[in-house]
Amino acid sequence: MSTTLEDKVKAAREAVDKQAVEIVQLHFHPEDGAPYWLEKAKGFDFDPLTDVNCFDDLKKFPLFEDDDLRGGPVDRFLPKKWHDKGRYVFETGGTTGTPKSRCVVDDFRIDYEEFSKTLPDEHFPRGANWLMLGPSGPRRLRLAVEHLCQTRGGICFCVDLDPRWVVKLIKQGKIDEAKAYSAHVIDQAMTILTSNHNVQCMFATPKLLEALALRLIDEDSSIEEAGITGIFAGGTEFTPQWYRFCKEELLGENVYITPTYGNTLMGLACGKPFDPADNFKITYYAPQPRAVVEVVNFDNYDELVDYDETGRVKLYTLTHELFIPGFMERDEGERERPHEKYPWDGVSGTRPFHEIAKSTTVGVY
Amino acid sequence: MLEIPVIRWGKPYESMDQSPVVHFETGEELAKVHQANGGIIKMDMRKAKKARDLLRQHSIEDLIGMCEKAADYYVNDELPMGNGTQTPDEFCRIQSASTGLPEHMCKFNMGKSAYVMKNMGKVLDALTRGLPLDVFSKGYGEEGRGINISYQATTNACGWVLPSNSPGVHTLWLPVIPLQIGLVLKPGSSEPWTPYRMFEAMVKAGIPREAFCLYPGPHECGSAIMETCERSTIFGGQATVDQHAGNPKVAAHGPGYSKIVIGEDKIEDWEQYIDLMVDSLYVNSGRSCISASGIWVPKYGAEIADAIAKKLGTVQPKPMTDPDSGLAAFTMKGAAEAMNNMIDEGCKSAAVTDVTAKYRDGERLIQEERCDFLLPTVLHVTDPDDAMANTEFMFPFGSVVECPQDKFLKKCGYTLVCTAITDDEDFQRDLIDATNVDRLNIGEVRTYQIHWMQPHEGNIIDFLFRNRAFQTEPPPATEV
Repeated sequence: MSTTLEDKVKAAREAVDKQAVEIVQLHFHPEDGAPYWLEKAKGFDFDPLTDVNCFDDLKKFPLFEDDDLRGGPVDRFLPKKWHDKGRYVFETGGTTGTPKSRCVVDDFRIDYEEFSKTLPDEHFPRGANWLMLGPSGPRRLRLAVEHLCQTRGGICFCVDLDPRWVVKLIKQGKIDEAKAYSAHVIDQAMTILTSNHNVQCMFATPKLLEALALRLIDEDSSIEEAGITGIFAGGTEFTPQWYRFCKEELLGENVYITPTYGNTLMGLACGKPFDPADNFKITYYAPQPRAVVEVVNFDNYDELVDYDETGRVKLYTLTHELFIPGFMERDEGERERPHEKYPWDGVSGTRPFHEIAKSTTVGVY
Repeated sequence: MLEIPVIRWGKPYESMDQSPVVHFETGEELAKVHQANGGIIKMDMRKAKKARDLLRQHSIEDLIGMCEKAADYYVNDELPMGNGTQTPDEFCRIQSASTGLPEHMCKFNMGKSAYVMKNMGKVLDALTRGLPLDVFSKGYGEEGRGINISYQATTNACGWVLPSNSPGVHTLWLPVIPLQIGLVLKPGSSEPWTPYRMFEAMVKAGIPREAFCLYPGPHECGSAIMETCERSTIFGGQATVDQHAGNPKVAAHGPGYSKIVIGEDKIEDWEQYIDLMVDSLYVNSGRSCISASGIWVPKYGAEIADAIAKKLGTVQPKPMTDPDSGLAAFTMKGAAEAMNNMIDEGCKSAAVTDVTAKYRDGERLIQEERCDFLLPTVLHVTDPDDAMANTEFMFPFGSVVECPQDKFLKKCGYTLVCTAITDDEDFQRDLIDATNVDRLNIGEVRTYQIHWMQPHEGNIIDFLFRNRAFQTEPPPATEV
């Protein structure tokens, strides 16, 4: 077998071409397909079953309108083939009216099992227990992290955290109440960490990890002294500056942290392994072939920007449970070259898309 | 390229994030400013006590002496600025280039800051009402009448979230260091110049650099400062003031709605006061909270508005280097247009007339490629309840409002500076008693002519120190 990066890139491309065809065949299958796509197909001027023969053919689909994900029936995106299975519904923040949602059978488990393979055992020991310091409620992340932990033989301890309430407080200018709520969440984490639960690994949002680390420092302890050896964290607030601050001042050299980038649609993109030469630049790679990320021209969403150039993040979801051809993320970033571990395009410097950044409330937990 | 680091208790810190400061007319990048993140501020503030301990190794009198020296360095010396240096002239040029304030106004503000530093001893003597200064170092002492007193510092470090567009405000934080309190500044994105230059001048004068933090950065830095400093000050709009109302930890400085009121006893002589009114509206391009935005009169409103408009209506933008340049530029895209639209909307009221329109050559709003200007505007407002009677914009703008004298204090709302032209003792008494007026001038004082020996929007001593009970022995026996 070939081992050069070029060969790996070619193989990855072939895999995603194959995946695109297979997923389109399933979602547009007359009997087993997804109700939403079967209805949509009536308005297309092409036949997805015969005219999609590779990944690039997905550009024949119009851009996906994410507002279609609001409201019911929530299983209309799920192929009928899976309608007799046990199903979950996961929601996004949903701060303005009906939230966007996704109906799932096994996708979240598969995504996080795949992600689990990228975590180094020396920092995320098998059998260790986890702390999930993130949103609870109808969110995929809550169950996904728990499944990841179970996959690795541990028990996951969770906190109560309702981000919708925090958004309401911030929008009403009740900053002190929002801080009190954050302190309430950290109180729960502190209780878990000081109750002899052998917690060594955790998921946290950057804000909560920072708050937890500072609380521990105030109590003459630290994340390391609390027993944590490995953390994965995600969100647009995971900037290079925060990454550096976190490694140098919050965690110390013995605690491993890896950035992730994800959402309910995509699953979980992995961060390129830390390399001092990168100067804390954070590069994400989508979990191909189940999801693909492109960085596209701001004025033409069908056109990739050149490597190192800036564009908007475009997402494709290609799983047996969800098909999303071309969804424009709320983020922008720079297109990155394939990596040995992830031989396909990545994206770095993710930040809120400049045209909508001003109207978005980010970093609520 | 000039690079300006974050300063963390005196130590330069180079961030992964840098933000450019650009020339408002050409777009040229003037400097790269390293950006702090909220976490480092929260981390640093846990060490704030060290700053106060270090400053208390010097007496307040010594620190005042250092401030006097720093005033000279600030005005005269070439001082470090990030990875380079800066002469006083370079300072004025670059401040003008990034803020849109004409150079002569930058120089004026520089002199104002230096004056306060040079006179720090007198300023503190006035603000402390002549108390022995070691009371503030030790936390207790004697007032001089055999009475024990105690002033306890409310914080080890005082935070300041500074604006981008108004270099005049920097005088307000200068007393913090001689009062032996650590100083934490978040400079405005276009105006890092004054905080960094003042920091270097103070350090050159012998003040320990470990007493200073300078955190340029995004909004989260302001939030982190206000969260972690037991006392902080923020500058912003009315929404900012409202958000922090009632919070003893935060002093929010917003619009001033400063006014001149002429009493019924003086209104027949209104022509004598036109220059005072024009200057109060126009000086410093009307950009300050102490610039007048209202002239309230019992009658002759139309005539007074016309006389002011005649003087201001012909003012035009000039190059920033022109010593006669009276208008500052709006460097934030869309800001001037939004204000202009608000004024146009307000002028639809039957009670409002834009008196300057007939003297102005062209439209009020001048839009250039990278900046905008608003030409001086004087409104005549016949109804004191009209929305335009009590509003403020950051350019030479004023409403001449007709309002009976006995209704003025009920209608004028919050007023930062009120200059009252009246000898009517009853009206003077009402003005003195009015709690909606902050700084009161009775007499011919231009609204911007503020005396530095007076408190401004509250006394900083009361903000930074708590007068509490302190005893070293039981009280004398009480006879019953």
